[in-house]
Amino acid sequence: MTEEIIISGFGGQGVLSMGKILAYAGIMEGKQVSWMPAYGPEQRGGTANVTVIVSDDVVSSPIVSYYDTAIVLNQPSLEKFEPFVKPGGTIIYEGHSVFQAPKRDDINIYRIDAMEEAARTGNSKVFNMLVLGGLLKVRPIATVDDVVKGLHKALPERHHKLIPMNEDAIRRGMEIIQKVK
Amino acid sequence: MDEQKKDYVLLKGNEVIAKAAIRYGYDGFFGYPITPQSEVLETLAVDKPWETTGMVVLQAESEVASINMLYGAGATGKLAFTSSSSPGIALMQEGISYMAACELPGVIVSVGRGGPGLGTIQPGQADYNQAVYGGGNGDYNLIVLAPNSVQEMADCMGKAKELTFKWRVPVMILSDGVIGQMMEKVELPPFTPRRTEEEIHQQCPWATNGMGLKGRKYNYHSSLEFDPLVMEDRNHKMAEKYRKIEAEEVDYDTYKADDAEYLIVAYGISSRVSMKTVDTLREQGVKVGMLRPKTLWPFPNRILNEKAENLKCILCVEQSEGQMIKDVRLAVEGQVPVYHTGRSGGMISSPADVVDAFKAMARENISKNWPKGYWIK
Repeated sequence: MTEEIIISGFGGQGVLSMGKILAYAGIMEGKQVSWMPAYGPEQRGGTANVTVIVSDDVVSSPIVSYYDTAIVLNQPSLEKFEPFVKPGGTIIYEGHSVFQAPKRDDINIYRIDAMEEAARTGNSKVFNMLVLGGLLKVRPIATVDDVVKGLHKALPERHHKLIPMNEDAIRRGMEIIQKVK
Repeated sequence: MDEQKKDYVLLKGNEVIAKAAIRYGYDGFFGYPITPQSEVLETLAVDKPWETTGMVVLQAESEVASINMLYGAGATGKLAFTSSSSPGIALMQEGISYMAACELPGVIVSVGRGGPGLGTIQPGQADYNQAVYGGGNGDYNLIVLAPNSVQEMADCMGKAKELTFKWRVPVMILSDGVIGQMMEKVELPPFTPRRTEEEIHQQCPWATNGMGLKGRKYNYHSSLEFDPLVMEDRNHKMAEKYRKIEAEEVDYDTYKADDAEYLIVAYGISSRVSMKTVDTLREQGVKVGMLRPKTLWPFPNRILNEKAENLKCILCVEQSEGQMIKDVRLAVEGQVPVYHTGRSGGMISSPADVVDAFKAMARENISKNWPKGYWIK
């Protein structure tokens, strides 16, 4: 199994940390992983994306031409990455930020209203964990338990008290993701 | 089972350079921030090794200062390193040449970006010539290691430590912005204590460490020599040492190369991209493999020369306009055509780009339309 994922959105949405937590969860499952950010003079509100690969075998190139799954959290990201999803692959888009839905009919398309859910619960910080939950529902790359183990390893101890809140958000994300086509 | 027991962490290549240095017992770091290697200094600042192992960490006022601090540390027999990226390494060339002239140990980490000049802050591999052929003056070589994964960034810090003292030659670790910025799982080395003053005194009788005059005459390091005969003698001795290094320290890796009719030669990030290219082409029934130099100097000349006998042609993949290709062509001594592909200025070839270039090469090579060494775009 090799899953090549692009996560793309605005700076500040938690794109890079979501990728990092996913990669850590992969390590907890004994898998090989790579996490390759687009870096540069990035800023809050600018664009941010990260390629995460989780594989049973050694990861060859951390840079890939086509993706199994694209998670797009704004309209420019959808336009940029929709053509590069492999046939039979998956797009997950955020319902509020993406106003023109993906057009392809040879891929699986899911919508997650994570921003609305975050606003409803008044906790915008778990936005990316809601999206991660949605991903794990439709592409079970890692179990929630492994993600939680990964969080314990990725976060400094002073932040461990926040883990249950993040776990709840992941589980909630699994519930709210909807298949579009 | 063993795999499960390993204590893996997820880190960037640059972070691993810093953490591995602390664990391998490096005595000092002198450096100046520059993208894409700034996390080396940042990680050292967070980990505060001066409170634990006693390692000195100093942000110098410039790259020129850093390399001369490294020169000083090497002269005292201490294990120190600096790190920078392309334009910063360019500034260091004078100091590197002086260190080579005085045969002093030291480790220089170069995390390449697009050039020339200030270039871009995006990843690049256009510093092969700078690393292997040197921007400094005189007859000298550096041992140049080329990691292609985050784990190898850690391993190279250990290998550099061993080699720089074994041969008294500065070692450069030539990485790139992708390997520096990407995260992979890595097993960090166990802690090795820093050497004591007494151990340095025993192991480095040449060190100017203030412990001389105890049964030996004073030590002195200078690259300046007014007598050309003496200077020539120093050059001869260094050259003799370099020939031994070429005989003993070549390191390379092959990937699906045993039955290959076509060979890709690539190092660093290009070798990772090319692995995927090889996989894709193998699925299509093409007998292609890869050879990856792990040491760029000394270069794996012999194995390439031997392999060339059974090859149709060679494709060099570098994220530059073509630098290592010249060494590959020298190594195969005209037995087979050698082609180049790659992007530059901060752009990185995708695996699909390399597949396309490979197919163009194979096609043109069969029709013999192109002269040997044609650059494929």
